[in-house]
Amino acid sequence: MKKISKLYTALIIAFMYLPILVLIAFSFNDGKTFVWKGFTLRWYTDLFKDSLIISSLWNTLLIALLASVFATILGTMAAIGINNFKGKKRILLQNASNIEILSPDIVTGVSLMLMFSLLGVAFHFRMGFLTVLLAHITFCTPYVVLNVLPRLRHMDYSVYEAALDLGCNQWQAFRKVVIHELMPGMFTGFLMSFTFSMDDFVITYFTRGASFQTLSIQIYTMTHQRISPKINALSALMFIVVLVLMIIINLKDRKLEKREGLRV
Amino acid sequence: MSNVIVSLRDIFVQFDGEVILNHINLDIKDKEFLTILGPSGCGKTTTLRVIGGFLEPEQGEILFDGTKINGLPPHKRNVNTVFQKYSLFPHLNVFDNIAFGLKIKKVPKDEIKKRVKEMLAIVDLKGYEKRGVSKLSGGQQQRVAIARALVCNPKVLLLDEPLGALDLKLRKNMQWELKQIQQKTNTAFVYVTHDQEEALTMSDTIVVMNNGVIEQIGSPTDIYNEPVNAFVADFIGEANIINGTMIDDCRVRVLGEELECVDKGFGQNTPVDIVIRPEDIEVVKPEEAKLTGEVTEVVFKGVHYEMTVMCKGCEWIIHSTECAPVGSKIGMKVIPFNIQIMNKMFLAEKNTFYAEVISSSEEENRITVRVEDSEFDIENQFFEVGTNLTISLPPKALSIAGDGIGHIDDVYIESVIFKGEHNEIILESDEQKWLMQSDVDEQVATYVPLKFDFTQAEIRVTEGKNET
Repeated sequence: MKKISKLYTALIIAFMYLPILVLIAFSFNDGKTFVWKGFTLRWYTDLFKDSLIISSLWNTLLIALLASVFATILGTMAAIGINNFKGKKRILLQNASNIEILSPDIVTGVSLMLMFSLLGVAFHFRMGFLTVLLAHITFCTPYVVLNVLPRLRHMDYSVYEAALDLGCNQWQAFRKVVIHELMPGMFTGFLMSFTFSMDDFVITYFTRGASFQTLSIQIYTMTHQRISPKINALSALMFIVVLVLMIIINLKDRKLEKREGLRV
Repeated sequence: MSNVIVSLRDIFVQFDGEVILNHINLDIKDKEFLTILGPSGCGKTTTLRVIGGFLEPEQGEILFDGTKINGLPPHKRNVNTVFQKYSLFPHLNVFDNIAFGLKIKKVPKDEIKKRVKEMLAIVDLKGYEKRGVSKLSGGQQQRVAIARALVCNPKVLLLDEPLGALDLKLRKNMQWELKQIQQKTNTAFVYVTHDQEEALTMSDTIVVMNNGVIEQIGSPTDIYNEPVNAFVADFIGEANIINGTMIDDCRVRVLGEELECVDKGFGQNTPVDIVIRPEDIEVVKPEEAKLTGEVTEVVFKGVHYEMTVMCKGCEWIIHSTECAPVGSKIGMKVIPFNIQIMNKMFLAEKNTFYAEVISSSEEENRITVRVEDSEFDIENQFFEVGTNLTISLPPKALSIAGDGIGHIDDVYIESVIFKGEHNEIILESDEQKWLMQSDVDEQVATYVPLKFDFTQAEIRVTEGKNET
């Protein structure tokens, strides 16, 4: 029985990761077709020489960083607000935040595009960097709320009161005590935002306007021409960055669990 | 008085219509160890939060050194709190936890160092500066919490059941240490607990609270020896509490026997509560005492034997260094000074209430009545619709509905006191108090459905109200 379950797990994992492994393997293939012609790092060096790709890489990283910073601030504030409500209102607000996560990207993307183009007509601006950033903040914020809310709920409220008691005003109490309690949730929220922002294609596609390029858009455009193994190299890199981020999130969670365990 | 530091005047607090503090008056003197003692839900923590500034009372004044401090936020009050769960800052080490308040107040660095060091010495945690607080034991965390509050030099330190989470042995140690710390720092301590022994050991003054009111304020000896009512007597130490009748000054009747006592001024033939501490009963030969009984149980408690004696259907507890074997007949002798007489908390022999008939059926011999906001049927009775009835029920006819379906719902249990034969329970509904007799122990400060046994009821038409 145990063997079967192990085999089953192995199959599932293979099913999930084999395509990516194939992709990574072929990013080292010295040839443009799917015939193995020997090992090379050519595609990687080519990749970094391609100014279009490099500029979209910077765009992607910049958007991801800014969006996750703003989302973390907004999401934390929202979580505190939601937590202070009671009963039905709180459930309502919490769901309003969660629906954003559950709704399909295409819906979010199209609706944002409609809104931005309407506003663009009214206020004379074109979609580009700023609209993509705003869109990313919009879909990242709920993830921060989702991660900070449980921290708030499990926080010992009297820790906040203790800070007030020792001479803090409300803002000092938040800055010196509460934020430290929320930090793990905020950090996870930040990393998730960063990952999802980097990962996003659909919403960026609808809100980027004519000229603004991110990596995922760049790859999509490249597939329209001839499939270059550079795409393999790029995809492999992106996968590895996301993988590393996910590992950090998990390790962080594990460490936190241990610490909390000791505290009790 | 000049040395009163905090004064609560007529404090009234309610949440969602439920009264938590019912017009409390309390003076806290400088440098004293004052304990607020009461069962859970009595309002003791609320009192503390009112002093600390975490809760604004609806009515009443809080005076600090003679100045009104209502509305002043916690950080502007010269009062510090030790919270129930310690509430240390988990991201800071011991030193930074204790220095927290001083850093906020922008005290110079070397002074912070000096004061934290002094404080660590007082709470016996020298050399723990760099430790993380999550790695400390419960007792150590507790001491950090106390140091953190005391280092700010408050005039009053508020402690909310700080020893509740510790095990018994550690608790005993900490009780002694707390008293030491209080004397060393010369600070007024306001200590909240439900543990009567803790209160007796540590306090200069004890405040006994129940149901949002202060029952008694006094020194531990006063409270123990001269409780004002059956609740206080029952809550502090062990006691035999029995129904009696005051025949006249210094003469009281208990279980049919007339005894001599020292209390006066209760009037003639007044029903009273009588309290006799178990250690005040002397075991003698049956012919030497008026009250006699049979020993039903003996437990050796180390210092003394605890004997249970049945006397005329009533259970008595006696603490004595001499042991009388189970089954033996003994006499119970009490000197007049040790018989405490107290007014009954709720004087009623019967529960009388009014009901309006809202529908009735002559064939089925049944009426439906409305009492307070509840409506229910009474079998085997017939009155015209619209009749106002006066119903009288003996305490025995009341019970708490085990199935949850009572005649009046959400009745509050105010007190449960064992009176030798059975529990005497005082309940409160929206409009009146009820006296109930029960052999079951009920949980105080809870809401229960109240049920009536109408076969024991005395029902008559209210006079002068519905004559046609």
